[in-house]
Amino acid sequence: MKKIDALIIGAGPTGLFCAHQLGLIGLNCEIVDNLDKIGGQCIELYPDKPIYDIPAVPECTGKQLTDNLIEQIKPFNINFHLNERVEVVKKINDKWIVKTNKDKEFETPNIIIAGGVGSFEPRKFSPKECEKYENKSLYYSIKDKTIFDGKTVTIFGGGDSALDWAIELSNKSKVNLVHRRDEFTAAQLSVDKIKELEKLGKIKIFTKNQLNSVKGEKNIESITIKHDDESLKEIQTNYVLGFFGLIMKLGPIVDWGLNIDKKTIEVNTENFETNQKGIFAIGDICTYPGKLKLILSGFHEGALAARGCFKYARPDEKLRFEFTTTSKAAQERLGIKK
Amino acid sequence: MAKITYIQPEGKSQIIDVSNGLSVMEGAVQNDIPGIDADCGGGMACATCHVYVQDEWFDKLPTKEDGEEDMLDMAFEPKKNSRLSCQLIITDELDGLTVSIPSKQG
Repeated sequence: MKKIDALIIGAGPTGLFCAHQLGLIGLNCEIVDNLDKIGGQCIELYPDKPIYDIPAVPECTGKQLTDNLIEQIKPFNINFHLNERVEVVKKINDKWIVKTNKDKEFETPNIIIAGGVGSFEPRKFSPKECEKYENKSLYYSIKDKTIFDGKTVTIFGGGDSALDWAIELSNKSKVNLVHRRDEFTAAQLSVDKIKELEKLGKIKIFTKNQLNSVKGEKNIESITIKHDDESLKEIQTNYVLGFFGLIMKLGPIVDWGLNIDKKTIEVNTENFETNQKGIFAIGDICTYPGKLKLILSGFHEGALAARGCFKYARPDEKLRFEFTTTSKAAQERLGIKK
Repeated sequence: MAKITYIQPEGKSQIIDVSNGLSVMEGAVQNDIPGIDADCGGGMACATCHVYVQDEWFDKLPTKEDGEEDMLDMAFEPKKNSRLSCQLIITDELDGLTVSIPSKQG
């Protein structure tokens, strides 16, 4: 079990800047995030889209903002646990014991939830019977593509993941591609490629169609798709893949005894602590009168939460307010040599 | 100001006066109408404020921006009359608009 001063849940901009603020006041922390990369919503939802309201940064993209924050916290050598989700949080003798889904354990006086709107999970098909086939013959992500060799695979979606897999799997499988409208949002190159493959008879494309029902004993044997004009069509298929992007779910956080209001966690505005001593919530996931879901608000909340952590991590010390411009201690922590 | 009718999946409907300039999503969230999650807060970055617009109203609404149709690809059971309610901004002309809330948002 690793002992740390604070554990941050969520590697989005708010979590990253909070790590910086903890580092400046001499507290160590580690960061857990369910995504496979650092950056949260900025990197998952809008890496290339511009942001215009970061103070003193007239314009930057989600990716640039993330890169700059990673650069800013480099001096603190923070450990990231990506692709990992915090499952269990319990209190033992004034310390929080935190367990992840990969069985890592932390002991810490402070947990900072910077989880955005929860963890990203794949959006699922709507027909109820789909659940029964999940991870047997119906998938939302692919781990071993060889299982599809020589089989019929029906892929749903119109974005990059759907088209990239349609192209890739068409080498060794019979591929159907189903999308709810005529336009695809994937890169033009991929769109051209699937149209070419369609002409060659390698991929069948069904647009303006959505999944209506699934049939099969243990594994999927056939599906029915429904056209915009309400007509139904049955397709024989061994596998079904859905690529509808990601949705945010609060996940296990709801079981930690926090006051939750409409998927957000209630905090005070003095140090963004929740109703549980030593658990803080910052960024989009917290709520208080006047809350704005802006990145700049998350930065402010992180700075105050970091100071809130100090009294639990260093109960015998007093925290003195300092500026980075003049504080020797802060500059040492930042590794600045003069 | 416009009177907006929100119909729940099980049929119950609520009529709310929503001020001009707010969105149909905000009208729902501020009045505790369930079923419109609006996870991203109105940024067209998720599809959890998805609604079905009553047919006679659909063509009267301002047309979708590019990003909205892309996001609707990710909505739960999108249909031809699907819109993101964060993109429907209230004006007097929308008085009487009726939207149905899907059985879930994701």
